[in-house]
Amino acid sequence: MSVDVINRVLDRSESRSHEDARNRIFRWLLFGASVLGLVVLTLLIADVLWSAYHGLVTFDIDVRQFLTATSSSRPGRAGFAANILASVLLIAMTAVLAFFLAVGCAIYLTEYAADGRLTRLIEANLANLAGVPSIVYGLLVLALIVNDAGLGSVILAGAIALALLIVPIIIVASIEAIRAVPDGVRDGAYAMGSTRWQTIRHVVLPQAMPGIMTGTILALARAIGETAPLIMVGTLFHATRYPVTTDPASWLYAPFADFSAMPTQIYTWTFLAQREFDALAALGIVVLLSVLVLLYAVAGVIRRRYETDGGQSHD
Amino acid sequence: MKRTEANPMTDLTSQTSQPDAERTPTRTDPDPALIADDLSVYYGEEQALGGVSMEIPERRVTAIIGPSGCGKSTFLRSINRMNDRVPGCRVTGRLDFHGKNVYDANVDPVALRRRIGQVFQAPNPFPKSIYDNVAYGLRVQGRDDEVDMDAEVERALRGSALWEEVEGQLDASGLELSGGQQQRLCIARAIAPDPEVLLMDEPTSALDPVAEAKIEDLITELAEEYTVVIVTHNMQQAARISDQTAVFLTGGELVEIDDTDRVFSNPADQRVEDYITGKFG
Repeated sequence: MSVDVINRVLDRSESRSHEDARNRIFRWLLFGASVLGLVVLTLLIADVLWSAYHGLVTFDIDVRQFLTATSSSRPGRAGFAANILASVLLIAMTAVLAFFLAVGCAIYLTEYAADGRLTRLIEANLANLAGVPSIVYGLLVLALIVNDAGLGSVILAGAIALALLIVPIIIVASIEAIRAVPDGVRDGAYAMGSTRWQTIRHVVLPQAMPGIMTGTILALARAIGETAPLIMVGTLFHATRYPVTTDPASWLYAPFADFSAMPTQIYTWTFLAQREFDALAALGIVVLLSVLVLLYAVAGVIRRRYETDGGQSHD
Repeated sequence: MKRTEANPMTDLTSQTSQPDAERTPTRTDPDPALIADDLSVYYGEEQALGGVSMEIPERRVTAIIGPSGCGKSTFLRSINRMNDRVPGCRVTGRLDFHGKNVYDANVDPVALRRRIGQVFQAPNPFPKSIYDNVAYGLRVQGRDDEVDMDAEVERALRGSALWEEVEGQLDASGLELSGGQQQRLCIARAIAPDPEVLLMDEPTSALDPVAEAKIEDLITELAEEYTVVIVTHNMQQAARISDQTAVFLTGGELVEIDDTDRVFSNPADQRVEDYITGKFG
């Protein structure tokens, strides 16, 4: 081939110019799609921050009072502290209830259950359960726990509703994390004369733990913002008292305390007539978002810690 | 070399009584460690191992060679009953370990595997520190209170010729080592609880030639203390390191077993000669 021919064949400007253009268009379309989420999130955060700042200035809200006082029907005296405390208790109880149930279920399905029709049916339905609207779990708990069992509208009932909501999510994440542990490592453990439980406890779980923890914390992050199931379970209109006091004995009764969590308090504030409550709601959302960011940070730290030492300390 | 006396933890059977005749033989004992008698393995309907009968002598290296799919790995995995983990796997015939059929109903496969260690084709260290990898076997057997763990870990790492390379960094993750070091770590892990038999399933096939040579030297040394059964697709390797060679051919059939020198210099079976000279497989 002569140099002329080569030049013509390889010349970018001639033969494929419209292919190039199409390439560029798609590239920008896809880039736009990926950036869209980020833009919406930024707008959302900017809007909330602006409303909160605007409210702070307009109504001269005392931030310290907001973070230390309980809610009140008088916006000038209303605070968020009882709700923050209730949400912390609620999420702690949800975590305990959901984590062991979900991880136990995931271990059974992956390591013990024979790969039969029943196992596959259970797994398929777990994925379906993860898509059930959250209010349905609220209704279920309202009927069975709050009314039939007579527990009342207490933190424990809310925790049960949220736990039911996130158990399928944690199970699905845990199953994936456990399945990702290479079979060669399992073989190694069995060949060393480990029992099944020793293999799971010392080899499979430590390796699956970053995935399980990440799934759990992301599920908890979803639970902490849930409003609908808690409204069904029944929460205080204004959290005018703390679920626990400084008396240590009161912590024993914390599961049976009346409450309103952060999202439910924000919800009630937003449809009250006084404009000042809107500002309080905006401030409340800022606090809720901060807690979320904190949870994600914790997830990141745990993940990194487990990744560096394989989750195994000297014992 | 010390051998732990038969204690309840290492008893093969779930029952505690064990006749004295089954005690670990002494070094001069010429008895074979393992005897397969008409051993067949089926995966579902398919027969992977066809009526193998052979003896594996104590403290010798027995190599098993043959083309892919000839059942050599299946045979290896049937010795420590790792085939139990394969769904649909069925075994007929006998496999005697010091006179006890390991497929008897009262044999606990976990106890069996504590006496028969295994090293796999791909290095598979646990995602733990080097120390914890080596200590693993003694810990799961609950023997970490009885022995000086630091000394046992050092002994195993010296035994696998890895000690000098990792001496100062026992807390580092086993996954940070090179491939050849990882495989020697797996060997250390396997010999730390002091098993009697060491099964090796193509232990050097994933390694570079330098690492391969190190492990081959090591296997020869290990045979002074352990009965070694090694599956390899590398005939030169079998010729270099083994005392006895068994040749499996397609269909899971054992075609020839003899002293390694004789198998490679003067095979009795024409098919083996074809295989060794490269005309087959």
